[in-house]
Amino acid sequence: MPALPFDTAAPYVAAAYLVFLALVFVYVAIIARKVGRLERELAELERADGEREP
Amino acid sequence: MYARALKPLALLTAAAVALTFGLIFFWAPLDADQGFIQKIFYLHVPMAIVALLGFLAAGIMAAMHLRTRDRRWDMRSYVAVHLSIILAVGVLVTGSIWAKASWGHWWVWSEPVLVSFLITFLLYAVYQPLRFSIDDPDRQGRSASVFAIAGAAFTVLNFVAVRMAEAYTHPRVFSQTGGNMPPRMFVTFLVALVAMALVFATLWTLELGSKTASERLRRARRIRDREAERTELVGARATVERPPTAAGATVPTATPTAAPR
Repeated sequence: MPALPFDTAAPYVAAAYLVFLALVFVYVAIIARKVGRLERELAELERADGEREP
Repeated sequence: MYARALKPLALLTAAAVALTFGLIFFWAPLDADQGFIQKIFYLHVPMAIVALLGFLAAGIMAAMHLRTRDRRWDMRSYVAVHLSIILAVGVLVTGSIWAKASWGHWWVWSEPVLVSFLITFLLYAVYQPLRFSIDDPDRQGRSASVFAIAGAAFTVLNFVAVRMAEAYTHPRVFSQTGGNMPPRMFVTFLVALVAMALVFATLWTLELGSKTASERLRRARRIRDREAERTELVGARATVERPPTAAGATVPTATPTAAPR
C-alpha cells in the first residue's frame, strides 16, 4: 500500500499514542486511589490505637 | 524502601518520555515507505519488547521465590506480570491501529507475529484468575510462581519460533541485516526503548510500594486484633478469679433450672 498522506495518518498516530497515555493514566489513577484508601485505613488504625492507650 | 526510589525514578521517566516524544516528532526522519504512520513504530515495538521482557523477568523472580521461599519475590513477579499484561493490551491495540492504517485490516490472522503475541497475552490473562482461585497464600504463591516460570519459557520459545517462521507482512525490527534503519531512526528507537523500560520500572515500583504498604497494614491490624483479644481474655480471667468480697463468699453463678410451667 502507498504511504498515507499526513492528514489521513495523523488520527491513527494520535489514537495510538492516546491509547498508551490513557493506559498509563488509568493505571496511575487506580494505584493512587488504592494509596488513598491505605492512608485512610492507616489513619483509622492510628486513631483506634490512640483511643486504646491511656 | 520503594517510596524512596519512586520520586527520582518518576522524574527520570518523565524526562525520558518527554525527550522521546520530542525525538519522535521533531528529529526522526519520516519513513520513505510508510510516511507519518510509521511514528507508531516508536511506541508499539518498545512496548512489545518491554512487555515480553517483563514476562521473562517475572519468570526469573518466580524462580527466586521458589528457591528462597521469600514471599517478596512472589509479589515482585506478580506485579511484573500484571504490568506486562497491561502493556500487552497496549501492544495489541496500537498494533491493530497501525495494521488498519498500513494494511487496511485491523487484524491479520495469517501473520505469525500477531497471532503468537495474542496467544502469549491470552496465556497470561489466565494468571490472575488462577492466582486468586487459591485461598491459601503459600499455595497461591507457589502455583503462581510455577505458572510464571512456565509462561516465561513459553514466551522465549514463542519468540524464537516466530523469528524462525516466514514473515508475511509484519516487519522484523532487528533482522540479521541490522534492521535497515537510518541512524536517526535507530537512535530514536533506542531512546524510546529506554523510556518504555523506565515507565515499566516506575509503575512496577509504584504498585509494589502500594502492595507492600497494604500487606504491612494488614499485618498491623492482625497484631492489633490479637492484642485486643488477649486483653479481653485477661480481663475476663481477672473477673472470674476475683477474691471473695468482705461481705462473704462470692455469689456463685446460678445454675439454670427448668422454668416452672
